[in-house]
Amino acid sequence: MSNLRTPLSQVKGLGSAKEGTGHFWVQRLTAIGLVPMVIWIAFAVARLPSMSQADIHIWLGNPFSAVMMILFLVAAFWHAKLGLQVVIEDYVSDHAVRTVAIIAVNLLSVALAVVGVFSVLHIAFTG
Amino acid sequence: MAEFTLPANSVVMPGKHFAAPEGATNTRLFKIYRFDPDTGENPRVDTFDVDMDTCGPMVLDAIIKIKSEMDSSLTFRRSCREGICGSCAMNIDGSNTLACTMSLEDIDGDVTIYPLPHQPILKDLVSDLTNFYAQYASIEPWLKSDSPAPPDRERLQSPADRERLDGAYECILCACCSTSCPSYWWNSDRYLGPAALLASYRWLSDSRDDATGERLDDLEDPFKLYRCHTIMNCAQVCPKGLNPAKAIAETKKMMVQRRL
Repeated sequence: MSNLRTPLSQVKGLGSAKEGTGHFWVQRLTAIGLVPMVIWIAFAVARLPSMSQADIHIWLGNPFSAVMMILFLVAAFWHAKLGLQVVIEDYVSDHAVRTVAIIAVNLLSVALAVVGVFSVLHIAFTG
Repeated sequence: MAEFTLPANSVVMPGKHFAAPEGATNTRLFKIYRFDPDTGENPRVDTFDVDMDTCGPMVLDAIIKIKSEMDSSLTFRRSCREGICGSCAMNIDGSNTLACTMSLEDIDGDVTIYPLPHQPILKDLVSDLTNFYAQYASIEPWLKSDSPAPPDRERLQSPADRERLDGAYECILCACCSTSCPSYWWNSDRYLGPAALLASYRWLSDSRDDATGERLDDLEDPFKLYRCHTIMNCAQVCPKGLNPAKAIAETKKMMVQRRL
């Protein structure tokens, strides 16, 4: 036996991170928020093929559509980031790989959300 | 990262067959996992034709019979044979349960017996539960109170407060739940597992204990508590009919409640 630390000291490890509830709570909050927004976006996207590009710009320029789309993008990418982080924590046991993967998911989620929000604002404000 | 190659000694090989004694007419096939770390050999599954006319009704009766009459080297834990000590927890017919309370009548066909999953094996059906017991110890399973106990009597508790402990105090620490939990399989070095969290909830919900805040502080961690994804295997296999998943959900509710 190479490890002489007691089993209790191994279990205690670095102690509690004193967080996790925020993650859990926001994941549920964004899930609840996404329910009506996903219904809205499903109907919206179903209409898109029959619309011209100019019509889509007019539709997305409407304050209600633009706000709903921005809320959807923020909630969806936030929820995805939280969910993917949980998946990584579950299945990636190598600490270095886990850390890199969580950094990547965080940065990528923020970047994609900003791209989406900027695109909506661009269409809404410049037509 | 996920391991794509199996560690040494993990492939289970076919083992020896032990025939029933001459004249036995009513036999049943038992397939039992065998492993001896001292030999360096891979684990194997030995098969036993057990004479059911001279065998008791429970799985434990059968493996005691095998040990006394067919192969004395078969190794397993057992003590009370009535479902209160938790020693004979093993994987029977694909589910973790106690051999002493699992009736042979309730199993269809051959009886397959493995040790509790995803724990180091000491020998045959005996798994190493050192980490599991240390996790139980880490939740400090004793009454903690800053109020001194009355000098002349026990600490009082109303019948209603006492009822809140029902379903939490009956755990016998057999480890069926924790070793059936996929989250526990992947992260048992940091996730406390359903058994320890149920024990923790037993103290969180005790009206005489006033260390609730400190206990919640210690649990508030992405791994210790929040690896539970309500898979519910724990509640499904618990031989005492308890629901650790519900206790964990109640603990999460307490975590949210103290922030809102």
